[in-house]
Amino acid sequence: MGLSKEFTKGLWNELPPFRLVLGLCPVLAVTKSAETGLGMGLAVIFVLTCSNMLVSSLRNVIPRKVRIASFIVIIATFVVVVELTAQAFFYPIYEKLGIFIPLIVVNCIILGRAEAFASRNGVIPSALDGLGIGTGFTLSLTVLGGIREILGNGTIFGAEIMWSSFRPFTFMVEAPGAFLSLGLLLGIMNAFSKSN
Amino acid sequence: MKEIVQMIVVLSVICTICGVALSGFRNMTADRIENQVLMNVQGPKVKLVLEGAENDLIADRKNLSVNDEQLLLFIGKKQGKDWAIAYETVGQGFGGDLKVMVGYDIEQNNLTGVQIISHKETPGIGSRVTENQFTKRFKGLHIDIEIDPNQCPGDIDAISGATYSSKGVCEALRKSIALYPEIRKQALAN
Repeated sequence: MGLSKEFTKGLWNELPPFRLVLGLCPVLAVTKSAETGLGMGLAVIFVLTCSNMLVSSLRNVIPRKVRIASFIVIIATFVVVVELTAQAFFYPIYEKLGIFIPLIVVNCIILGRAEAFASRNGVIPSALDGLGIGTGFTLSLTVLGGIREILGNGTIFGAEIMWSSFRPFTFMVEAPGAFLSLGLLLGIMNAFSKSN
Repeated sequence: MKEIVQMIVVLSVICTICGVALSGFRNMTADRIENQVLMNVQGPKVKLVLEGAENDLIADRKNLSVNDEQLLLFIGKKQGKDWAIAYETVGQGFGGDLKVMVGYDIEQNNLTGVQIISHKETPGIGSRVTENQFTKRFKGLHIDIEIDPNQCPGDIDAISGATYSSKGVCEALRKSIALYPEIRKQALAN
């Protein structure tokens, strides 16, 4: 099993929202548009990669009984870094993502990777694992956000792409649309992997 | 025993390092964040309140201290001359604090505009005080108008169904007008 596999597994075999079905709260909440999905994904890549690296480099120092507390402190630190950075440099995106940036702390993907992978593996595999899973998460969010934005608003990344007589299905950008599109994508992917 | 000590030490060290790192990072970004908030939250409102000003309102802001309270003053200029000032006051709405920005023409002593900066009113009902329909009613009022503590000035009707919210805006306006002579003096002095 080569190092590259640690990265690529996050792109299909362990694709977070669709295969692991983890971290669904932000998946449903922030995919109103491709842009917010992408922004959220990038924030998660950063937090996941950094926390994986730090957790794995401290894995022999942290006593087992306080590991979860230590992981949470480490994750929370990186989340605050992301939050302040977003506030300072990407304010419009920060306003759109709102409470969901601080909520990355309790995203199960990140704690899950720290517990299941980083605390048992070396720094480099952990970094690749974080990058891979994070990239998979970002792609999923962007695609889901893109689908909802195209159908619900007729735009992608804010640019008009649908024909002029197109009437947007507004409900796609509201909460029910999130459940519907996530469920359909999940079903399609399951059907696809079964037929293989 | 040894295990407990180890747990305490490791967790404390991690927390301390994280805390120190974060406070350092916070200090680094504090100025930029303040600027961003000003530009994105207050900036657009200030522009509406001081409509017609030709200068960069955010860059020309000043910190004043009035009655021992810190206050952020925005100054609008026309043809290089100070033309109008704007600052924020707080009233009590239905759901909590209502922050209101009021602008004054310093020559004619009348209101150039009123905007709601932030509020916690009921969406769709009290939140209608933020709409132009309501805020435009204040434009052009002279500062000598009497504002009864429990009412809005004579020609300003409260929004029906949103009496508390409307009163909250007027309360903020009353406080704002009460401060005006002092602030105007300070603004002209420097």
